[in-house]
Amino acid sequence: MARTFERALRRAGVPMAYSQGFSPHPKVSWVGAAPTGVASEAEYVEIQVVREIDPEALRRELDRSLPPGLDVLEAVTARAAGGSLADRIEASLWRIELPGVAPEDLAEATRRLLAAERVEVERLTKDGRRTLDARAAVVSAEVVAGDEPVTDGDQLPAEPTAQVADWPEWARPCGILVAVVRQTTPAVRPDDVLSALRVVADLVPPVPAKATRMAQGRLDDSGVPGTLVDPLAADRAASPTATPSGVDDPAVR
Amino acid sequence: MFPRLEPLLPLVSKPVQYVGGELNATVKDWDATAVRWCLMYPDAYEVGLPNQGVMILYEILNEQPDVLAERTYAVWPDLERLMREHGVPQFTVDAHRPVGAFDLFGVSFATELGYTNLLTALDLAGIPLHAVDRTEDHPVVLAGGHAAFNPEPIADFLDAAVLGDGEEAVLEITDITRRWKAEGRPGGREELLLRLAETGGVYVPRFHDVEYLPDGRIQRVVPNRDRVPFRVFKRTTMDLDAWPYPKQPLVPLAESVHERMSVEIFRGCTRGCRFCQAGMITRPVRERSIEGIGAMVQRGLAATGFEEVGLLSLSSADHSEIADITKGLADRYEGTNTSLSLPSTRVDAFNVDLANELSRNGRRSGLTFAPEGGSERIRRVINKMVSEEDLIRTVTTAYANGWRQVKLYFMCGLPTETDEDVLQIAEMAKEVIRAGREASGRKDIRCTISIGGFVPKPHTPFQWAAQCDPDTVDARLRKLREAVNSDRSLGRNIGMRYHDGKPSLIEGLLSRGDRRVGRVIERVWREGGRFDGWSEHFSYQRWVDACATELEPLGVSLDWYTTREREETEVLPWDHLDSGLDKEWLWADWQDALDEREQDDCRWTPCFDCGVCPAMGTDIQVGPTGRKLLPITPVGQGSPVRNPALTGG
Repeated sequence: MARTFERALRRAGVPMAYSQGFSPHPKVSWVGAAPTGVASEAEYVEIQVVREIDPEALRRELDRSLPPGLDVLEAVTARAAGGSLADRIEASLWRIELPGVAPEDLAEATRRLLAAERVEVERLTKDGRRTLDARAAVVSAEVVAGDEPVTDGDQLPAEPTAQVADWPEWARPCGILVAVVRQTTPAVRPDDVLSALRVVADLVPPVPAKATRMAQGRLDDSGVPGTLVDPLAADRAASPTATPSGVDDPAVR
Repeated sequence: MFPRLEPLLPLVSKPVQYVGGELNATVKDWDATAVRWCLMYPDAYEVGLPNQGVMILYEILNEQPDVLAERTYAVWPDLERLMREHGVPQFTVDAHRPVGAFDLFGVSFATELGYTNLLTALDLAGIPLHAVDRTEDHPVVLAGGHAAFNPEPIADFLDAAVLGDGEEAVLEITDITRRWKAEGRPGGREELLLRLAETGGVYVPRFHDVEYLPDGRIQRVVPNRDRVPFRVFKRTTMDLDAWPYPKQPLVPLAESVHERMSVEIFRGCTRGCRFCQAGMITRPVRERSIEGIGAMVQRGLAATGFEEVGLLSLSSADHSEIADITKGLADRYEGTNTSLSLPSTRVDAFNVDLANELSRNGRRSGLTFAPEGGSERIRRVINKMVSEEDLIRTVTTAYANGWRQVKLYFMCGLPTETDEDVLQIAEMAKEVIRAGREASGRKDIRCTISIGGFVPKPHTPFQWAAQCDPDTVDARLRKLREAVNSDRSLGRNIGMRYHDGKPSLIEGLLSRGDRRVGRVIERVWREGGRFDGWSEHFSYQRWVDACATELEPLGVSLDWYTTREREETEVLPWDHLDSGLDKEWLWADWQDALDEREQDDCRWTPCFDCGVCPAMGTDIQVGPTGRKLLPITPVGQGSPVRNPALTGG
């Protein structure tokens, strides 16, 4: 992904700033990049350029250079006083579809997870097994019932009158977990949240779950718990003439 | 057929190599095309994808409105097993179509060790292994690439082979196929093959009979149809500027062995290294012009976004305008982090100004040179005329200018070689370290020596030579390692890389073999032989056993094909395949080698009558043109591509 993005920057003719030294790299920093194997609608990346460019032109030209499925939704110029992008991203909103898991079973497991104070899960890393607390990072979690099929419509039976029972099993209504998870170190990933459901409620999805990152941002302490503040809002509000560094927002498929 | 393949992908290693979707890949409507090619590089995707030959032909064919070309690569044994289990055929990565459905199946052989992978692909595609068993429903299987200059070991599995440059040949084959299909396929498969053979530039093995002498040598090779010429000529593409391919190089999602964009700056080489098949079969030298190179770099960078440009050829520093090319490109891409590389450079054509231009806008890579032989004497035998003084002078300047690492390539097992010739490699490496330490004032510089086993190749002066046996090669390499390690203070800065001599012997069998070797390949494949170029898959014993079973009843053997020196009058299996080289000249050059006599380069000295230009109607095309790369002004900061939409705030 990072390599594909850097090549697209070059094809688009984006005047990138490079690091100094023996092996210069373009100044591109991904903030809280999504783990492998998940989808995302909300990735944020900060790039540094050597001269001022129009953010909308950047968005359009870069979007055109990226392969289909990688779309640049918005680009804004970073404000000098706005703080780094990393400071403005605290948590992610995840939508995790669990085909084959009934919404009520998922709701019960989620209730148990939230009731627990600490849920230790194991993960295999390159340094061996490590244990982490998957509960602490979960800010909020709720289950939405799928009374609509949860996958791309074009893969379903063409007949609009087809009964739910005619759908392939993976496409039938299922439990969907919508959770806000704090970005901590070590990171708690959707997989870890699912492991936590197994620990507290013995919930094991029959087929792999599909996780999609829907949003990222700072937690809004004033309103409803688990509300995220758009990290680009401050820049968008600021004057269009600003320092020569850009922030954009390519959403990953 | 992707839905059938997709469920298997989570079960195999590196599934991304099978999904296609490369930047600049082409998918066309099957029904809207008249002639359909499947192109294969018979090795793993990561090796095959960057192959320039396949990329060039893929693009040339797809530029034709009514022609479709897709690619396929060798699948790893884990996927092969699953494909057999689930009945999934060999597929193309572009649109995931079955290879068996195409009209033409062109396979590019850079090395003979891909032969077993050809059989896997044919078998998975449902194409009968033996050409004689194929019907009109099967694709015509063609071989190209350097190994096609002696396709005899795979003759039974091929319908045809093309020698030399493919740009024009694929279009001609396409035309013949298109016409034959449009006429309603008169005369069936045999007629199509006859029409191809008639051109004189396509070899159809079934139309040539091989007769043998009682002692196993070949008596003669003769056509068995009136319409088929005795000799088949190689193809030569003249005027590289007219063929600026690839224009849209493929950029894979997966990692490949070459993460760069390549521009072929010239084709052919007349340095005359006697071991080098590429230098013999690609004559004459044809340079791409400095402007043509500049235009390809510009277009290629805009199409790919790569950070490195490889200026390819058999000896890139030999381009008559290499200094202007590298300086012009370095000026143009100043500040854009675009580095240049010359993958193949001669010590005597190299200088530090050139090296500095190469790394001006990007990363400084290590320096690599190929003296090939350790002693002055053996370098005279192989006609690789670089002196030790040249080498030491060049590396000394490099170390003095900040380089820390030099890599040197050598061969072991060369004709007339003795232990002493090989031990000289250690002396040379030590001298490099000594001189480098003095020039740089540092102790931590490194020199890596990399040694490959010599394999005599068809169409070279060494085609008559006895290949050195693996035991001798291995013993010499052991002695060399001892010699390197004998001096601790120098030896610890010298790295040594080599393979044992066994794979080279099998490569030798496949390089100079005749049609009888096909049985060996088939047996090895049936017993599980795959990916023979990969040491973790290669089994020497499997090849030795198959040779014993298949060759000995015929009165020949692995040794007979490899370690036996040939006489002047022997009919070689590839004598009817014409690379333009005059056999008498090759023999004279072989005799010169044995006498340790050198041969000059016809670019700078008078023609030495190798025979290629008069036989092929070609001529050397070299500069200098005196022209410069325009515009001289840099494209700008931060990106090699100038986008007017992003020029101002």
